[in-house]
Amino acid sequence: MNEVKTTAKTNFKWVGKRTRRPDGPDKVTGRARYGDDMVMSGMLYGKTLRSPHAHAKILSIDTSKAEALKGVKAVVTHKDIPDHPLLEPPYGPMIADLHDISRNVMAREKVLYDGHAVAAVAATSERIAKAAIKLIEVEYEILPHVLDPLAAAQPGAPILHEHQFTHGVDPKPEAPSNVFRVVSAERGDLEKGFADADIIVEREFRSEPVHQGYIEPQALIATASEDGAVEIWTTTQGHFVIRGLCARLMNMDMSSIRVTASEIGGGFGGKNNVYAEPVAIRLSQKTSRPVRMVMTRSEVFRGTGPASGTYSRIRMGAMRDGTIVAAEAEIYNQAGAFKGSPVGRSVDSFFSSYSIANAKATAYDVCVNRPKVAAYRAPGAPMATMAAELTINELAEKLDIDPVDLRMKNAVQDGGQSLNGAKYGRIGLTEVLETVKNHPHYSAPLAPNQGRGFALGYWMHGGGLSSVVANLLDDGTVAIATGNPDIGGSRSSMRVMAAEELGVDLELIKPIVADTGSMGYSHLTAGSRTTFATGMAVINSVREIIEKLRALAAKKWEIPVDDVAWEAGQAVTQRDGFEALTLKQLAGMATKMGGAIAGHSEINAGGAGAAFSAQIVDVEVDPETGFVSLKRYTVIQDAGRAISPDYVEGQMQGGAVQGIGWALNEEYIYDDKGCLQNLGFLDYRMPVASDVPMIDTVIVEVPNPNHPYGVRGVGEPPLVPAPGAVANAVENAIGKKMGSLPLSPPKILGTLELCR
Amino acid sequence: MRYEAPETIEAAVALLAAAGKTARVFAGGTDLIIQIKEEMIEPGMLVDIKKIKETREVILDDDEIRIGASVTGAELGENKELKKLFPGVVEAVQLIGSDQVQGRATIGGNFCNASPAADSVPALIASGAKAVVAGPNGTRTAAVEDLLIKPGQLSLAPGELIISFCLSRPPKNTGDAYLRFIPRSEMDIAVVGAGVSVTLNPDGTCAAARVALGAVAPTARLVEQAPDILLGKELDERVLAELAAAASATCQPINDKRGTIKFRTSVAGVLACRAIKIAWERAEKN
Ligand SMILES: Cc1cc2nc3c(=O)[nH]c(=O)nc-3n(C[C@H](O)[C@H](O)[C@H](O)COP(=O)(O)OP(=O)(O)OC[C@H]3O[C@@H](n4cnc5c(N)ncnc54)[C@H](O)[C@@H]3O)c2cc1C
Repeated sequence: MNEVKTTAKTNFKWVGKRTRRPDGPDKVTGRARYGDDMVMSGMLYGKTLRSPHAHAKILSIDTSKAEALKGVKAVVTHKDIPDHPLLEPPYGPMIADLHDISRNVMAREKVLYDGHAVAAVAATSERIAKAAIKLIEVEYEILPHVLDPLAAAQPGAPILHEHQFTHGVDPKPEAPSNVFRVVSAERGDLEKGFADADIIVEREFRSEPVHQGYIEPQALIATASEDGAVEIWTTTQGHFVIRGLCARLMNMDMSSIRVTASEIGGGFGGKNNVYAEPVAIRLSQKTSRPVRMVMTRSEVFRGTGPASGTYSRIRMGAMRDGTIVAAEAEIYNQAGAFKGSPVGRSVDSFFSSYSIANAKATAYDVCVNRPKVAAYRAPGAPMATMAAELTINELAEKLDIDPVDLRMKNAVQDGGQSLNGAKYGRIGLTEVLETVKNHPHYSAPLAPNQGRGFALGYWMHGGGLSSVVANLLDDGTVAIATGNPDIGGSRSSMRVMAAEELGVDLELIKPIVADTGSMGYSHLTAGSRTTFATGMAVINSVREIIEKLRALAAKKWEIPVDDVAWEAGQAVTQRDGFEALTLKQLAGMATKMGGAIAGHSEINAGGAGAAFSAQIVDVEVDPETGFVSLKRYTVIQDAGRAISPDYVEGQMQGGAVQGIGWALNEEYIYDDKGCLQNLGFLDYRMPVASDVPMIDTVIVEVPNPNHPYGVRGVGEPPLVPAPGAVANAVENAIGKKMGSLPLSPPKILGTLELCR
Repeated sequence: MRYEAPETIEAAVALLAAAGKTARVFAGGTDLIIQIKEEMIEPGMLVDIKKIKETREVILDDDEIRIGASVTGAELGENKELKKLFPGVVEAVQLIGSDQVQGRATIGGNFCNASPAADSVPALIASGAKAVVAGPNGTRTAAVEDLLIKPGQLSLAPGELIISFCLSRPPKNTGDAYLRFIPRSEMDIAVVGAGVSVTLNPDGTCAAARVALGAVAPTARLVEQAPDILLGKELDERVLAELAAAASATCQPINDKRGTIKFRTSVAGVLACRAIKIAWERAEKN
């Protein structure tokens, strides 16, 4: 069942309504064009040769045989990709080091993981391209490898980067390390906090890396012309980001690269990066022909980023009355082959739902011989959250306090802040917790072998740069162009907001995603930012149109513009003798009275509002096989204001499902040589539809005061508490603590048998 | 790559024999096409057998049942009479893949792909199925378990193919069942599979029993001690415990991406017991 609980005003025409999606017809008929739906005449097929070793020195690469094969037009290696110096400190929260990106798209001195790109060819057919990469001879010197973050952080572990010395520790280390940096945040006095505690719970957790699991593999076409211009068609979460990275990496002018985002079949953070784009640019430059590169599913698993696997330790102390007085945690995040795991977000995620006087969190960014991690829906948060939430549940158990009451007692309030210091304005945490407490699911009876889990998640969504162009056409329709690929239904929400502002019928608004040549910079469709930030740019653009329409009406009526108002889709005036002018009428006049009407907006959106998602899960565990079946699942989340409730519910459900997979079955399985064994969805076990019950949702609406309609980010928060909630349910079903994800049947059965 | 679709057994055998190792029988293609795409095999010729009438029929005679090798899972599922006679075999085939896969995947392809985890195989073994094999030297019949050699390999001579599977019409009070363990609810490969067929005496004790396991050894295999444990007995806790132990003892699994030795060994016992309970109940009703 889905419900909406709102504290906001509700007299909207479109906001909050369940509307038909503008991208629906093309998607259900197969007309929508995804990454690999683009073909161009003269197109060549690119294919990548990948490392069969987890860690090896590249002694030589001989491409002569491949180049000699009939139909092969070009071969590239690292020699064709410009090198860049290492990024110098200070390091921001997100690291994009061209030195590393250059090596990730094409291995240079060493291969650092099974699947690392080593060379690529462009040929007249896919078959020839496949045959050609087999003819490339690479001589390797195999090196010892390391996969586990804790092991990689120990002295004596095989070192991936001889030039890397741990940043953020005192004194500066003398030996290179796989730990790129250690970041932490703290408040209060931990020692005193623990001394005050009547009860202390300590736990340890491990988790495997998980893949974003988007259905559409990476796919693109690049075409370079002789005058240096490059066009790219690619499936991405941010074509402006692709443009910037390609230009910087390839030492090109940004304006000479134009990127068009295809329709996108899922991203979840995994399509924020460049992989084959620079390689395809070079292949196209060498051949003067369009080059298409499409990954297979196994390439996606071997070569593109998962979310970090982790090891964490946590300790929390509370007084008998339930006041949490001390909390300390540390987490080792696998960065994969290159630095850049979401350490800052991990630190911020442990304790930021609570106002704990004495708290400290530390995160280690650890390189291992696996693909470089990429963002995944609330990067850094789910595993840190799981550690804290399961520990709090254990505190509740030991204190004999209801877990929700314990959270209520310690919940951060309006105006509070996260451990990293992010300031909260008005937040909906209390409303979310109250909704949990009163939800029938929370107190429903359980059958034998069943257990209920509960976890709360916090996420501070993104704002940042967004641009929009809105054009009023002379028939009274409005074309809205954003620079944000539509992953989760943003075109629909943009349309709703534009129609609401204009006060006209939804169908008059046509939203599109425009290319990088058409408009101002727009940051990624990521960080739960698009409806919030790009939505504001839409509202601004439409308001600009409205201003121009008022001016036009004033001109027509020959009255001061201040006497013209915009109401319900028309220009009106209090003055006598003027009949309202509709949008359509004004649009028709515009070209004759001064020119076409358009609005545009380029903003750096601030004022993101913290979002909280709480989840209740019931599972049943088969005590003889360890099989876990999901019985009931409820997601309760503050969306600020659900512009399109159907999509918000879809996000809440999707996040929960990804959390179920993370908790129960998804994992990378390597052999003893460090080669990935499960290269497809058959053995990389994401949930299938029949694995999950219909997930109930309650949208809580406590509007974000910094957005015209009150929007908070909704895409990432639902994944934040999900793995923890599911793991907690399993623990409660079997009456045993289990700290190592995935909680797969062999592990559960092993735990049960140990207790028998 | 050549593609042929002969209409007779003789023509198929001739094509296969002439082409030697590079030819592959092509049934539903749900294993074959994937293996070709992933470059695990590069056949020179595909011999599509779906135009051969004998491979496409299900014949229910008075004493013998014949299931054509290229009958699909979906077709078997729609055959009410067969489902009544061998619910376990039909269930096993119907577990393969999804609705989409069911429309293509055949029982013969499942058997001939020779995966130790193939779902139909323990069920076929438990029900005492025999394979009808055609080849350059004519037609032979063999117990299905005798054709299994190792993962990916059957004891078929060059030019040989399977035409159909024969099952004796089950005597009164016979029931069969198949269960598998997968970590998800569908679209997965068995970590353990257990097929059981039992026949009961008029007094309700066991008259005949065959228990076979999949995914726990290089090939599906019979639990040899099952008849000793079960014959003349009722299905009580002690018998079930013995059966579970015998099933576990039959396992010779490996640790791989789908399961551990310990897990497979333990769950094999559990599934054997769960499957026999279902088969037993069915036998009582038949
Ligand atoms: C998504 C998906 C899910 C799957 N799930 C399952 C599952 O749950 N359980 C399971 O057991 N399998 C599963 N499979 C594997 C496969 O679908 C089955 O093994 C299927 O029954 C194979 O039948 P087919 O007709 O498609 O065989 P094909 O691919 O046509 O052939 C398989 C092999 O057998 C040979 N062959 C076929 N017929 C004969 C014959 N008559 N004589 C001699 N050789 C022959 C072929 O040459 C080939 O080597 C799955 C496959 C997919 C793609």
